[in-house]
Order: sequence, then structure tokens, then C-alpha cells
Amino acid sequence: MKSNIRIAFEKCQNEKRPALLTYTVAGDNTKKKSLEILNAIAPFVDIVEVGIPHNTPVADGGQIQSSAYRAIKNGIKIKDIFQIVKQFKKNKNTKPVILMGYYNNIYQQGENTFLRECKKSGVDGLIVVDLPWPENKVFSTKCKKQSINFIQLLSPTTSATRMRKILKDSHDMVYYISMLSTTGGKLKVSPKIILKNYSKIKKIIPKQNVVIGFGITEKTIGSLKKADGLVVGSALCKAISSSLEQRKNPVQGVLNVVKKLKAKII
Amino acid sequence: MLKIKKKIPLIDQHDKHYLYGGKFGGNFIPETLKKPVEDLTKLFAKLRYDKKFIQERDFYFKNYVGAPTPFVKLNHLTNHLGGAQIYAKVVSEANGGAHKIYNAVVHALICKRAGKKYIVGDTGAGYAGKMLSMAAKKFGLKCKIFMGAKDIIRQKPNCDSIRKNGAEIIPVYSGSQTLVDAVSECMRYWVSNCDTTHMAVGSTVGPNIFIKICAWSTAQISRELIIQMNKEFGQIPKKLKLINCVGGGSSAAGFWNEFMDYNKQQVEFVGVEAGGPKKSKLHAAPLTNSSKIGILHGAAQYVIQDKDGQIGETSSISAGLDYPGISPLHCFLKDAKRARYTSATDEEALQAYKLVSKLENLSPSLEPSHAFAEAIKIAPKLNKNTIICVNSCGDAKKDRAIIKKRLGFFK
Ligand SMILES: Cc1ncc(COP(=O)(O)O)c(C=O)c1O
Repeated sequence: MKSNIRIAFEKCQNEKRPALLTYTVAGDNTKKKSLEILNAIAPFVDIVEVGIPHNTPVADGGQIQSSAYRAIKNGIKIKDIFQIVKQFKKNKNTKPVILMGYYNNIYQQGENTFLRECKKSGVDGLIVVDLPWPENKVFSTKCKKQSINFIQLLSPTTSATRMRKILKDSHDMVYYISMLSTTGGKLKVSPKIILKNYSKIKKIIPKQNVVIGFGITEKTIGSLKKADGLVVGSALCKAISSSLEQRKNPVQGVLNVVKKLKAKII
Repeated sequence: MLKIKKKIPLIDQHDKHYLYGGKFGGNFIPETLKKPVEDLTKLFAKLRYDKKFIQERDFYFKNYVGAPTPFVKLNHLTNHLGGAQIYAKVVSEANGGAHKIYNAVVHALICKRAGKKYIVGDTGAGYAGKMLSMAAKKFGLKCKIFMGAKDIIRQKPNCDSIRKNGAEIIPVYSGSQTLVDAVSECMRYWVSNCDTTHMAVGSTVGPNIFIKICAWSTAQISRELIIQMNKEFGQIPKKLKLINCVGGGSSAAGFWNEFMDYNKQQVEFVGVEAGGPKKSKLHAAPLTNSSKIGILHGAAQYVIQDKDGQIGETSSISAGLDYPGISPLHCFLKDAKRARYTSATDEEALQAYKLVSKLENLSPSLEPSHAFAEAIKIAPKLNKNTIICVNSCGDAKKDRAIIKKRLGFFK
């Protein structure tokens, strides 16, 4: 059976546009609000990534850190995150949901328990920032058995040989990190170079869905629309932060940004 | 039970996934860091057996660090407690005032070999930062130090030194604003700058290669101590206890390394964690209090955390020990029952400082004061055939304000 993720990419390919993937943190700023945000943006988004907030994130920049700390401070727990996904999937059951987080939050639940909860709530895929290949071999195999996509990450530092090996173990989507940076960094590499690296991946595995993330904003998204998919995270977390600062509704703040992003790539 | 192999350096007793005892350590790192970590791993694997590199290390240890540091008997303390004979390895006499100089010098030398001009590091007590700034200055490297905002305030003398050496301090305001946050921020900086910059983790924590480099560097302490003990006693004592404070565990790993193959009935290792304020539930003692295994800063280890896997807050009067995790090497030593771990409270450390500094010509910082607290606890119960040696691995100058405030005096 085709995964929701694969179907989402096929739809975008038919429409000759890249998929738009959003990243927001579960529980930011509250459990209820983060679900409202997902529901509001879903019509404009092809795949939603839901961040599992972690309090010692080694690969996240300031914006996502702020969102994560805010969510944790407001009491979000792992079990709430699965409830958020379940609620979201109730009326949008084919919209793919990818959970993104750090391995310790999975490890403490136990891999099997965690995957069972993923399955029960309708999670389609997982990105585990600090579980690189080949350390992720066992876990990604477990995911595959449960028909949950384990999404491999590639970066500008990934060598060609390593890339081949990682791609061999990839499922329906891979994630290319645009530059040497934590999330939310300023795009310090030209879109031309990013797309050149992107093409190298596509050459190895033409049928694979490759998304680009890190440093993508309203300003930069248009220049990368040749990719199969584009991930925007920090810009949305920032929208939540500034809405809260201005005592406005973060749902509207995020929705505005998402609409603008979408307009730039269709 | 886990087993330690004889005649194999402790740092090399991991499996192909870099796990000690099949479960501690590893490389839980973002994809971007895979290559720099691999490059560094290969470079260090070569350098540690390279005669010229070792000569260079030994040259700087002798002429710059000031090896060997003194090994002295604490006669007054011994007489006062009336039990075991107490000695100190006064590592605080090393250039800069603490054991952090060994790791810093080795990292600076590696950084040069790697052809990098920038070096970054984390610090809690400020010693790792101070020493890295010293080494950077000596070897002509540009240096940034990541430090929690809370630690910048409480360890001001070391911050002054860091700045005087021309390094930049990057204050970290996230989380508890202590060492754990400084290490995270330093790793994040490295993710963004790993093409031009070398990272030096300040203790035996982090991805495997940093644990290796650090413990390999601090092993100098026990290399010296073995010679000094043979000279003092004509042999390694029949009953010896090596007591060391543990934060990340670099000082203890170095203090014990060369004694690893001795029977533990003969040479016992005692690690002392930070118990925190007496009346508080917060502590920084994951081994003493049986914390669960989790992932922190790229390595699996016993770590203070909640059920969901969020890392827990800690509290200690000693910034250097105020860390929720602990080196995978010490997790391994604990589970193999080679070392025993306990903790001392803030108050016990302060009382130990008071007693030691009054009786002896010694002014140990709050970190080794935790180790002295344990020595003071157990010495009276032991007989004079037992030798206790405490690693006095840091000088108290940096803690002057804290000690003065809490005890009303400073030596
Ligand atoms: C003097 C001193 N002792 C001990 C420590 C704890 O670190 P480790 O356990 O790595 O020796 C520190 C850390 O800053 C320190 O400065």
C-alpha cells in the first residue's frame, strides 16, 4: 500500500509544484493552540511535521528552542503529543503527519511502545535528529515493519559514498539539510549551490522524494521551488513568538505566513 | 555484570558502535557532525601513536603545564582525623590552576594538526574555558568559550582570565544557564561552523571522540602519581583509595587510569558527585541516585531526567559539578563495579574546605572539596595502613566570593 507521504508527493508532482512541509512544535504555546494551528494550516500544507519539544536540543537554533521551552513550560507531555496527532487525524486522516524530535524522548518510552503509540494515533513518519545512519538501522527497520516512514537526513558534509548507503536504507522521503547550520540559521549558501547538491541526491535515486530544509523563509522559498518539497520551521515558530509578544492569536500569525509561503511556490 | 578488560586502555573498551559495555556512549549526533567527528576520530587515532605528537605533548606538559604536579602528605589532616593516612595529588599546581589544562593543550595541538584556526569550548567552573583560552593564546588560535549566564556570575575570576587571554565568552541564557546549556550551545555552534572550527569538549562527555581525547589527556595525572607513589612507598600501597570529585568525570578518569588493572581490593576508586544543597531535592549525582540511562550531548549515560526524557535541572554550589549527566566511562566503571560513587552536599563540601584549608597549606576549589568531604568521612574509620589520596584538582581562587559568603572567611 502506498503511504500517505508518497501520495502527498505524487499529488504535488501532478500539480507541478513542490510540497510544502511545515514544522511547528507540539504544545506551542499550549496543547490546544498547537492543534488549532495544525487544523488551520492543513488546507495549505502537504505534510505537517510536529516537533517533539526537547530541553537539550543540540541541533536547533533560537526560534525552535523558544517554541520547545515554551511548550515544555506549559506542561506538554509525550502522551499529549500523540493525542494532538490523533485529534488532527480525526478529520484530516490522509494528511501526513511526521513527528520530529530527539532520540532520548523515544528511548525513554521504549522504541516499541513509542511506535505502537505512533501507529495508534496515525503518525506517518519520524525524523530523529540525533540518530544518524548507521546507528538508526535497527530502529528504521522497526519503523518500516510498522509502515511508518523513517526519514533519513543528508547534509552538505555527507560524503558521496555515505550518501549512497544512507539512500539505500531510505523509505519514501529523504531530508536534505541545506547548509551547515542549526535550524533557523540565515541561509548562508546560495540557492544555486543548494540545488546543485540536491541534484546530486536525485541523480543517485531519481524516484526518491527529496525535501530541503533549514533556513527557508518567505524570502528564500521561491528560489528553491525546483525541489520535491520544502520545509519551513523556524519562520513559523518565530510567527508564534511574535504573535504572543503582541498579544495576538498565534493561529492567525502562523496561518498568514503559511499562506504567503504557499503563494510563492505555486 | 559488565567486565573491564585488562591491558586495554579504558577509552578503547567500546564496541563498533562506540558503546562501552554495549550501552554507554556512542555517537548520537546530527548528520552534519558525522563527518567532522569521523575526521577527528581518524586524526586522533593516528596522533595518539605518533612519536612526534607524543613528544610534543610531553614537552608542553613538562614545560608549559608544569609536570609533575606535587604529591604531598597531609600530616595535619591525617593526625586530626586519626585513621587512614591522607595524601593529596595537588593537580591545582598545574599551570592555570586545574586539571583542565591537559585536555586544553592536547586539543590545541590537535587543532593545529587539523589545520584549523578557530577553537571553541564549553565551561562550567570556568577552568576548562580558562585553560582553552590559555592554550589558544599560546598556539595562536582564535577562541570562543560558551558559558552559562549563571556561571559567568558565580565564577567571575575565571571569566576575567578568559577575557584577558583574548578569548570571547558567549553567555548562554537558555535552560538553567549552567554547564549543561553551555555544552548544548557549543555543540550547536559547532554544527554551524564545523568546516572551519575545532571543538574541545571540556570533560569526558559528548560524542565518543571527545571522551577519548579528554581521558587520554588527563591520564597524565595517574602516570605521574604511579611514579610518585613508588618513590614514596617503594611500591603501590596494599590498601589505597583514590578519591576524586566527578562532574563530567575527566579529572577522575585521569586520576584512576593507570591504576585500572589493580585489583579493587588493593586500589579502590571513589567518585564523589555533587549532592547539592542539603535540604534540596535537586542534586547533580546521577550515579549515586541511580538515574536512568538516557541520551545527553551525543552519548548514552546515566542522566537526571524525567519519564518523558527531558533532562532534569540540577543544583550545586560547585559550578564544575553542576551537570545532570556523567561520562559514559564512569557509567561503565560503575556497572563493572570497578569504582564506587557517592555524593557530598554543598554544606559538606564547604566544611571540608574549611578543615583542609585551616590545617594544610592547601586551598582546594569547591569541586575537590567534595572529594575531601568523602575522605574526611571515611578516614577515621580506617587504620593507618590505608592510604587515601585525594585529587586536589582545582584551586579555590575562583570560588573566593562564594566561600567568603558562606563561611565568612577565605584562605
Ligand atoms: C577544579 C575542577 N574539578 C572538577 C571539575 C569537574 O569536571 P570533571 O569531572 O570533568 O573533572 C571541574 C569542572 O569544571 C573543575 O573545574
